[in-house]
Order: sequence, then C-alpha cells, then structure tokens
Amino acid sequence: MSDQNSLLNEVTGRDYRFGFVTDIETEVIPKGLNEEVIRLISAKKEEPEFMLEFRLKAFKKWQTMKMPEWAQLKIPEIDYQDIIYYAAPKQQPKYESLDEVDPELLSTFAKLGIPLEEQKMLAGVAVDAVMDSVSVKTTFKENLAELGIIFCSFSEAVKHHPDLVQKYLGMVVPPGDNFFAALNCAVFSDGSFVYIPKGVRCPMELSTYFRINAKNTGQFERTLIIADNDSYVSYLEGCTAPMRDENQLHAAVVEIVALDRAEVKYSTVQNWYPGNKEGVGGIYNFVTKRGLCKGESSRIYWNQVETGSAITWKYPSCILAGDNSVAEFNSVALTNNFQQADTGTKMIHLGKNTRSTIVSKGISAGHSSNAYRGLVRVAAKAENARNYSQCDSLLLGDHCGAHTFPYLEVGNQSSIVEHEATTSKIGEDQIFYCNQRGISTQDAIGMIVNGYAREVINKLPMEFAVEAQKLLQISLEGSVG
Amino acid sequence: MLIIKDLHAKVEGKEILRGINLTINAGEVHAIMGPNGSGKSTLANVLAGNTSFEVTKGEVTFNGRDLLAMPADVRAKEGLFLSFQYPVEIPGVSMINFLKTAVNESRKYHQLKELSAGDFLKLMREKKELVQIDSQLTNRSVNEGFSGGEKKKNEIFQMAMLEPKLAILDETDSGLDIDALRIVANGVNLLKRPENATIVVTHYQRLLDYIVPDVVHVLYKGQIVKTAGKDLVLELEEKGYDWIKKELGE
Repeated sequence: MSDQNSLLNEVTGRDYRFGFVTDIETEVIPKGLNEEVIRLISAKKEEPEFMLEFRLKAFKKWQTMKMPEWAQLKIPEIDYQDIIYYAAPKQQPKYESLDEVDPELLSTFAKLGIPLEEQKMLAGVAVDAVMDSVSVKTTFKENLAELGIIFCSFSEAVKHHPDLVQKYLGMVVPPGDNFFAALNCAVFSDGSFVYIPKGVRCPMELSTYFRINAKNTGQFERTLIIADNDSYVSYLEGCTAPMRDENQLHAAVVEIVALDRAEVKYSTVQNWYPGNKEGVGGIYNFVTKRGLCKGESSRIYWNQVETGSAITWKYPSCILAGDNSVAEFNSVALTNNFQQADTGTKMIHLGKNTRSTIVSKGISAGHSSNAYRGLVRVAAKAENARNYSQCDSLLLGDHCGAHTFPYLEVGNQSSIVEHEATTSKIGEDQIFYCNQRGISTQDAIGMIVNGYAREVINKLPMEFAVEAQKLLQISLEGSVG
Repeated sequence: MLIIKDLHAKVEGKEILRGINLTINAGEVHAIMGPNGSGKSTLANVLAGNTSFEVTKGEVTFNGRDLLAMPADVRAKEGLFLSFQYPVEIPGVSMINFLKTAVNESRKYHQLKELSAGDFLKLMREKKELVQIDSQLTNRSVNEGFSGGEKKKNEIFQMAMLEPKLAILDETDSGLDIDALRIVANGVNLLKRPENATIVVTHYQRLLDYIVPDVVHVLYKGQIVKTAGKDLVLELEEKGYDWIKKELGE
C-alpha cells in the first residue's frame, strides 16, 4: 500500500515545465484601481462613450460588493490596489504579416508548441492570439469576412462594430452579476469577439490562445460570441502561462448568445500555471462564463478540460430561455499538488421543452481539493424541462479531497431532473494489472485517468482531444511539455 | 528458466508462503495444485510482483536474473505473464489501446521498433483466430462487462499477443463451462514452444485433462509437500487432498 502511495507521489510530484518569461517591452499604467484608472484605460483604447459608461457603472457596483466566500476554497487575501490593470505589448500598430511581429513573441508561441505559422496552415483553424491584453495577430480573417463572420479582438469590435457590442455586451453577464464579473466589466482590456450571421455555418474552428505575461498584471479577458438565427460555430480556447512567484489574478468573462436555432460549441483546455509542488505561486482563475439560449431550439455546449491554476472558481452556465433549447456541460477538472478547484455549472430552464445535460468528471491527486458545484433550476413556466446530471470523482492517493454540491430547484411538475454521482479511487489492482502487461505505473495512471475522462474528451474537437489527453497524463506528472 | 529458493511471503502480516523451492526449465509445463488457502494464488502474485504481498525471505532467479529486484512491469517485459484469476475492469480504456501500449512497451524494452497501427491490427487478427476470441470483445473497454468466461479467454488472448517466456495461469479454469475450458486450454497448448514454460495453478484436475503437465506439485500450508509426474493428478482426483494431509500425519 505504502509503495503505491510513494509511486503515486513520484509520478504526481513533478515540476511544471512551461515556466519561462518572455522579455517583451510592455506598456503599463501604474498599480491600483480608481475611477481615473478606468478613464485612462478607456481613453488609451479610444473607446466610445457607452463603453466608458459601462465600465464606470460596473466599477460603482463592484465597490459595493464583497468577494464571494461560499466556495470550497481557501483564497489568500487579494490586494486589488496592488494590481496593474492595463498592460499592452508596445510595438503598435497592428501587423499585416507575421514578418512584422516581434520575433521574441513568435518564439514564445514556438516554445508553447503553437507557432502561428503552423497554426495558419493547420487545417481549418483560425487563430486570434491574445498575449497579455492586446490582440497581436488575427489570421484567416479574410476567409471569414467573405461569409460575413466577424472574428476579431474585442477592441476592434468596439471600433468597427459598436452597434453589435452595445446591443449584446452585458446581456448575459450584467455588470453587477458577481464580484469578479463586475471587476472585469470595469477594467477588461481586450479579448475576442465573434459574430456569425444568419444561416451561416462557420467552416472552421475558431481558436484563441491566451497567455499571461506582463509581471503583476491581472488579466481581464472579455469574450462575446453571438450566433444569429440558424448559424453554427465551434470556438476553442486554450492556454498556458509562464512560471511566476507571486500569485496572479485572472478574472475573465465569456458571454454567448444563441439566437433562433443557432448552435454554439465552446471548448476549453485550461492549463494556467498551477503553482509549484508546495503550492506556491500559480494563477487565481475566477471566471464567469455564461451562455444564453435566447432563441427557440438554440443549442449551447460547454466542453472543458481543466488542469491548471492554483485556484479555480468557474461555473460555465446556460440560461435556456428559448423553447426547445438544449444545453450541455461536459467537464474534466484535474487537480494535483495543492491546487484547489470549485467548479461546475448552472442550468436555468425558463423555456418549454428545454433539455440540459451535465457530465462532470473530477480527478484529484496530491493534496488538492476538487469540488463540483452545480445548480439546476426549472422555472414555473418551463413545461417538460429535462435535466440529467452525472458527477463522478476519481481520487489518486490518500491526501486529496473531492466534494459534490448539487443544488436542484424545480418549480414545475412536468419536468424531470435526474442526478447521479460516484466517487472512486484508482484501484491498486488496476495498476497492477497494467504493470503485469508491461505498462509502467506512470503510464497506467495516465491510461486509467484518460479512460475515466473519455466520455468528455470525446466531445472535444479532434485536435483538442489529442492535446487534452496528453495534458491529463502530463498534469499528473506535475509537468507540461 | 525459473529457480525459486526458500521463498517466504506475507500478506497483511500473515505468512502465506513458508519456504517454496521450485525449478522450472524451458519447455516444461508444471501444475501447482492444492486445497483452498494453501498459497497457490499468493505464489502466482508474488512471482508477478504484486506489491500487496511482501517477500520476507528467499530468492528467485528468472533467466539468470534476480526476479524479486524487478518491478512488476519489468518482470512482464522480461517475459513473465500472469493470467489473472479475477481480471479487473478498466472502464474507458479500449482493449486495442491497452494491448497496443503493452506490446509496444515490451518492444521498446527489447530495443525493437514499435508496431505500426496496421501491423498491430494484423497481429491482433491472427491471434484472435488462434485463441478463438469473439472479435467484438477487443472493441470494448478492458474486461468491462465481460462474462467470467470472456474474461478468461481475454487473458489467453493477451498471452498470445505478448508471447511470454513463462506463463502463469492462476485458476484459469474457475468459472468456465466445458466449451470455454476447451478453447482456453487449446489456446494455451497452441502457444506452447520448446523455449517457453507454463505454470498451471489449479484446484481441480479437469483443466489438466487438456493441458497435460510434465510435473505436478502439491502446495499445502505454504510449502510444496509432494512432487511427481502427471499421474499424481489422477491420484489426487481419486483420493482427494485428505490423502496428502494423512500422509503428512495430520
């Protein structure tokens, strides 16, 4: 038994291999948060008046709010006046070709194994690379533009498509929604914007790679995806971050709006720096992700594989407002060493005949803590709403914890809500069986964990699924590379 | 091939093996028989390197090397195979993926080129025919939802894929109907080579009607108390294990 534990410790106790800092000149404004800083951010970004108003309104709300304390997390005190709220790589303006991009930046992407050159050539993947706060390069834009698809940085959208931004920004996650969302609304610097016009099927997976780089800079991304009637889009978000000693705050907001019969698939592979083996450093990831099935028969799918961050607070949710709308949440959350995750989803059924499915697979190793928190609410008018939830936890070793907090609020007699939960440990007999066939303990654990998560990984687009499988295996070694 | 000297082993503090001595040469089939609780499965697991069992004394050499010093996966790669009495299920891991990893890990260990997907599937087809395993089974997760008989056939199929030097069959006959028993035994016989050896661990004689042993050992209270030729099987069948106990003066 103790042999098994020491082996588990060995394979789960390695270091994160993506620790490097890129030396790029960064333009920053002083630390701290007040109305002046917000006006400065808005001015630097040359934003229209409505954006400044949006930010200031959110800031006023935020000042009256407190950090949420209900999560199964131990969050060290964060000094919001000790954070830089805006950082942009210098070397403006934008580039027409990769030759003009800072070679240092390109080599950072190369280290991550996602060189833009290759990404450009990768079949059907358009890349909008966000490094720190300003979008550096957008590819495939022309091809997409022919179909009327808008895929650009948030700042560009504010400049070129202010009507769309004004109409939809804050529709799904209003400025006062929660503490971190309010903070994001006040200070967000950039992010991605997607608009798929009526009847258009986006022919390629849209993809954004996020990175945190400038020292002491909180990262506040804003993503807005609008799928008009009868459209379809699959969006990929993936990220890694360089090693840091001090903790870094990340509070992104993602909003999705699906209109009549539109379908949006949002897939994430999240791998922020989780801190070292002792739990020092690492990213604090407080994300608000929400989709609105606004139109009838609209569909939103959240698929995610989470292996990173020191602390994760994240509940990609769906509001099923349109009749016959469908939502899914498929998640694998892996925690190792001293990582903490409180993650899950909310499914709010408002429309008739709405259906939602939740599949959550938690994997805990080391001394980590992994909680699933899910809310299923069926409104009184949501006739024949259906939900199926399945929450599984897998434990590796004796020092980690898994918790499940399901909340069900059913206000309609005709609805059906099902919840299933299991907790299991990787069996020593399973590992021995693999060993006996010549498979090392480390490979065996990777194989068993991937088998356990397969249901969710199969939902990811092909190229992401391969990456996710590797990531799960590697994360259990505690390293990435 | 395998030399066991004065092997003692404990599980959960209780001594189960109390001084096993055994020598197995290439080309031989040895049967290890004995009543329940005599230590048969413990011996099989200790040889395979299951860390739930603690070796307290003795030595084992396998092809001239110290077997006990090797971790379980290295023993497997060195050519030791255990057909499990109770094969475990590994949900979500396909048989194909599992075996491809196993075969290629072993090839890497012996500095051979890994098999391509095409070559691997071809090998799988050949071996499936050899052991008459239902081809549907290999499309499923490892042992998941397999019947008792299917699990045992799957063990022999894996043995065929891995081509071990020494195969240990731990109660492979338990839970098998007569047809499955014949298929399994037939598979084992077809895999027999002059350079390989087999240990058949069993409680009953019926598997030994099909896999004929060269040497038969009786294990009792953690020791080998009797060793003879294949006729010992019949004698045991006729007289029962009580006869051994009587001979030992119990």
